[in-house]
Amino acid sequence: MLPLPPALPLAELEVGQHLYWQLGNLKIHGQVFLSSWVVIGALLAVVWIGTRKMDRDPRGVQNLLEFLWDYIRDLAREQIGEKAYRDWLPFIGTLFLFIFVSNWGGALIPWKLIHLPSGELGAPTADINTTIALALLVSLAYFYAGLSRKGFRYFEYYVEPTPIMLPFKIVEDFTKPLSLSFRLFGNILADELVVAVLAFLVPLIVPLPAMFLGLFTSAIQALIFATLAAYYIGEAVHEEHH
Amino acid sequence: MTSWLLLAEAGASAAGTPEGGLFDLDATLPLMALQVVILTFILNALFFRPVGKAVEDREGYISTSRAEAKEKLAQAERLETDLKAQLKEARLESQRLIVEAEQEVDRLYRAALAEATAEANASRESARRQIDAERNTALTQLVKDADDLGELIVSRLLAAS
Repeated sequence: MLPLPPALPLAELEVGQHLYWQLGNLKIHGQVFLSSWVVIGALLAVVWIGTRKMDRDPRGVQNLLEFLWDYIRDLAREQIGEKAYRDWLPFIGTLFLFIFVSNWGGALIPWKLIHLPSGELGAPTADINTTIALALLVSLAYFYAGLSRKGFRYFEYYVEPTPIMLPFKIVEDFTKPLSLSFRLFGNILADELVVAVLAFLVPLIVPLPAMFLGLFTSAIQALIFATLAAYYIGEAVHEEHH
Repeated sequence: MTSWLLLAEAGASAAGTPEGGLFDLDATLPLMALQVVILTFILNALFFRPVGKAVEDREGYISTSRAEAKEKLAQAERLETDLKAQLKEARLESQRLIVEAEQEVDRLYRAALAEATAEANASRESARRQIDAERNTALTQLVKDADDLGELIVSRLLAAS
């Protein structure tokens, strides 16, 4: 897709190219699934190793898992509230872990060593399909959370504190997934592109600061996505005190 | 860099065409969503539930242990005050016993002393009385002897005359 000058053979950039897999009459992006399976595999491996032998005195990977669990619990409890956070802890935690490992995997695993017939491997979150899928899941989650906890009283939320808010709150339902997905997608893709462009121009040392910044951004984006998801759910289950 | 921006635009505008683009939405989206939902359930079973249980068990264990320790501490403190009271009592008791014993000793000493003094007095008295009696006897004897001698002298003188 990108017509590269042939004088620069050190690095190659591809964007918007995908490895298409045909599934019936559906097309899917193979490279996204391949890297997401690596991410999911890594997650499950760590979790499996850490929970094989659970002890009251934690050792090894169990420490890491308990730290993560504690971190996610604090996040969920702070945003969703004491009453409902338990139901949503696994969802928030999975979002956080999946996005975090995806982002860092995209930055740390030398994907370029694996050549695909088309497109290239990278963070699954650098594909708009993944981020929209995650953001829509968050939308479904907060609707479900609100409706299951409050029934149709959930829609009171749209006219609180005043009915003037109604159009804004309806617009919010569309802007929430939009901003969630584009924020994540844009940050991760931009990070990968910056690193790739820098590596393309100056292959040594110069990309390193951008790579470190990328790791930082990746972690922050995972935290932001999980925090906002928890916040939206918390907003939906929040009981107004009259 | 310009070519990159052009490329992104091209990708966006090329979304209608079957091949490629940055914003190429297709069946990846629902399948990825499904994958994440399944991952949520797997992680819930493998990670969140067991680890949460372990952490909460430990928190429960710690809080019960703390409560137990607190109770034990309170018990120890109670025992300590109890023992301290007992010790104080014992000290007082011993003090009392010592005073009593001292008084007893004093009393016994005084009694023995008095007895000894009385005995000594009595024996001195009896000795004195005996001495007096003997002196009296001796005096009487002497007087009698003197009388006898006098009489003898008188009788001798008389006889001689």
